[in-house]
Formats: sequence, C-alpha cells, structure tokens
Amino acid sequence: MESGSIQVTETPLVLFVLRRADDALILGHRLSEWCGVAPAMEEDMALANMGLDLIGQARSLYAYAGEAEAVGHDEDAFAYCRDERAYRNLLLVEQPNGDFAKTMARQFLYAAFAYPYWRAMMGSADAMLSAIAAKSEKEMAYHLRYCAEWIVRLGDGTTTSHARATAAIEELWPFTGELFEVDGVERAAIAEGIGVDLETLRGAWRSSVAEILEKAALKMPADGWMQKGGRNGRHSEHLGHLLAELQYVQRAIPGAIW
Amino acid sequence: MAGSATPLWEVFIRSRNGLSHKHVGSLHAADATLALHAARDLYTRRGEGLSIWVVPSNAITASDPADKGMMFEPAASKIYRHPTFYEVPEEVGHM
Repeated sequence: MESGSIQVTETPLVLFVLRRADDALILGHRLSEWCGVAPAMEEDMALANMGLDLIGQARSLYAYAGEAEAVGHDEDAFAYCRDERAYRNLLLVEQPNGDFAKTMARQFLYAAFAYPYWRAMMGSADAMLSAIAAKSEKEMAYHLRYCAEWIVRLGDGTTTSHARATAAIEELWPFTGELFEVDGVERAAIAEGIGVDLETLRGAWRSSVAEILEKAALKMPADGWMQKGGRNGRHSEHLGHLLAELQYVQRAIPGAIW
Repeated sequence: MAGSATPLWEVFIRSRNGLSHKHVGSLHAADATLALHAARDLYTRRGEGLSIWVVPSNAITASDPADKGMMFEPAASKIYRHPTFYEVPEEVGHM
C-alpha cells in the first residue's frame, strides 16, 4: 500500500457502494467504542456484536467497491487511507455515542431505515449487492428489534431514562432527513435497477419509528430543518476525530500489517 | 453493576433439532425479553444454537447439597438398575 491518502475514482457505482460501506464502517466503529465500558457486561457484548455485524457489512461492500473501481484498492485502502472529505457516510452514524440512550437512539433510527433498505436491496439487479443485502437484512432486523426494546424501556422507564431518551431522539432527529436524500448518484442507481428509491422507504421508516416511540411514551419530533452533507463528504466535526483514531496506525506506519 | 433491577436468568440452548435444551450459563437482565436478547448475544455468537430458553434463576428449586446422602447414595448400591447385566445377542447389532 502506498503511503498517504488514496484518490478514489468515483464512478457512480463506486460512490453508491462506498456510501453504504462508509455508513456501516463508521457506525460499527462507534459501537466498538463501547467495548469494555458499556453499562453491563451483557450490553457490552450486544454492542460489540452489532458493531461486528456492521464492520462485516463494510468489508463486503469495500471489497466490492474495489472490484468496481478496478485500480487495486482493497478494503484496508478504503478504510484507512481516505481523508474525511472522501468519506460518504450519513451524518447520523458519525454522531458521538453520548450516553447509552443516545447510542440506542442512533442505532434505532438507523436500523429502522437499514432493515427495510436492505430488504428492498435484495431485489437489486446487481448480484453482489443483492447477496450483501440478504445477509445485512437479517442483521439489521435484529438490531432494530434489540434497540426498539431498549427505546421502549428507556422512554417508559424512570424520570431520568425518559429525559435522556427524549434528549437523544431530539438531538438526532435533524440527521434523519439525509436517510432519504435522492441525488444524482442514487437516481443513476435507481435507473439501472441497482438501487432502490429511498423516498419509497420513508413511509415504512416513519411508521415503525412512530410505533416504537408511542410505546416508549416519547414524542416524535416535528420535521424541522434537516442537516445534510455526509453523502457528499461534508461532515460534522466528529468524523475527523473518529478517523484520527481509526486510521492512526496505518497513517503513522504506512502499510503496517500484523 | 447489575443489581436487583437486573435479576439473574438461567440460559438453556438447544443446539440441533432432536437434542434437548442444555444449560449453558446465566446472565443478568431486567426482564424476559431482554434476557432472551442477552442470551442470544452472549451464548450463540459462534452458531451454537437453534433455540433458547431463559428461566428466572429464582424459579428453579434446587436440591440441597447437604442432602446428598439421602438423595443420591441409596442408588449407588443398586447396580442392577444399569442395563449392563444383559448380554445383547450378536444378531441385534449396534444398539
């Protein structure tokens, strides 16, 4: 691997795949930050398991992006040798863990989207993406169930847990608009039958989120101004810090393997 | 740490069809649903199971180790209860 950052040849397919790969890697890395410090051993393992599901998805997607780009970039090159602006993940997934309620809220809002997304992607005209979707769909179904149970218990729990769950949902809500953003890259994928129209998933997402929030005695925030930019490489200040830790070894000792 | 808000649960896993559920360990969880999730995450990470039971530990009535003598020793002298006294005719083959 050459030292420094790689330049990605961003064809529509490469970009389309990298967006999903980056979502999975960044969210998986966030969950890994709980390893050893979660509120209880049972939750520690559960969060690490979900993180590993996501990092597994990221690996398959990066490998496929490398194939599509066809200039010799492997999974590690995409993960460790791209700068912040080359990352295409949703702003939602890079938001810091905060307390347990915020991590659960972030995972819940993402899983409520990713489960129907991968389900729909099982019908993708791209055989590789369809296969990755079939594996991811089951994983995200479990994430959704797990997080939904916690959201209900936190929201409908003690005064403190209710306040924390409320704060978490309200803080993360402005990042949920980006889940359904359809731009040129998405439109090209939809036209080729590779991608799915994200706008068609909004209804299912809203109703599953609304159902759980109601059970949790939490208010669904009003749709106000939505923060976007992650899909085009414009990130919140948090991603740089995350990448500094994620990429440290490869940047300090380029090409290091063990 | 897990206190009284998260009582103890015993976990039983059935690894294959046709086998019975086997005790694999215990965990702390607030209620049955979360206990089932935690059991999945703690005890089936390497593909160990097809079915999980979780049981509140306090629902289990256990024998007292101090009663070992009267509970189990009387069986020790009754070796005729083992099926080793019968010779299996060769024609029967592997049983």
